[in-house]
Amino acid sequence: MTPLAAIPLWLALPIAFLVMLGATLTLIGAIGFLRLGNFYDRLHAPTLATSWGMGGIVLGSLLLATQVEGRIILHELVIAFAILITAPVTLMLLGRAALHRDRSEGSAQLPESLRQRRSPETAENSESDE
Amino acid sequence: MSRILVYPLFSFLLVLLWMMLTRFSLGHFILGSAIALLAGKAAHALQPETPQFRGWRVIPRLIAIFFVDIIRSNIAVTRQILTEGWSGRKSEFIEVPLTIQSRTALSTLAIILTATPGTAWLEYVRETETLTLHIFDASEHERYLDIICNTYEPLLKELFE
Repeated sequence: MTPLAAIPLWLALPIAFLVMLGATLTLIGAIGFLRLGNFYDRLHAPTLATSWGMGGIVLGSLLLATQVEGRIILHELVIAFAILITAPVTLMLLGRAALHRDRSEGSAQLPESLRQRRSPETAENSESDE
Repeated sequence: MSRILVYPLFSFLLVLLWMMLTRFSLGHFILGSAIALLAGKAAHALQPETPQFRGWRVIPRLIAIFFVDIIRSNIAVTRQILTEGWSGRKSEFIEVPLTIQSRTALSTLAIILTATPGTAWLEYVRETETLTLHIFDASEHERYLDIICNTYEPLLKELFE
């Protein structure tokens, strides 16, 4: 008998639900990533995976490990915390790189107000112009 | 004391984290403490501004609002991705004037907005104190402006400034 078979039903159900929820959200995020039309829209899709996609899997794993080990396991919270605080770094890096690219190309994707502001000096000028 | 232990809270949390990931024993406590002290020094060299926590009392409220907001926007974005193509959804760039200034408050806001699906932090210009966001659903424009300016900002202000 594997340790997994010893898990009572009342605990197995919420674990299964959380893992399925997390996996489904991550999958939907991936589908969105594939289907969405432009770069800025695609930035949003993976955030499903880094919020409840990650949260569901982490909580499910936490419950399972706690039951199997017979003591409270909180390692998963560290994973969640690390993902939560590092996700903005990559997102901002990608977002600002795209913004920079679109500005230097004068892309029509950007609204007028964003296209002009290339540096603090021009930002002040455009402010005073308005 | 304060020269060795630059950030007491930060170092303490690191020790706790180290022992959580390894084992609660004296050996790991000593090893973890050594690492935490070094990390504290390294962090001090990187960041000249020491974060100030002033209003601890708002933390539970902030976390509760954040939690509910994440669930709500997860549902919204999931629905929009699955109905993409026939829902007529439009995304939009919005500019939000911010009043918070401390780095810690701004980075906390960045974490909140990034972890909430539907908003992507693009750029913050310190000179004009405006934040440029990209929102997934333009029809929620007013709601995002309202929640950032009237909910998160006052809370972060109370917590850090």
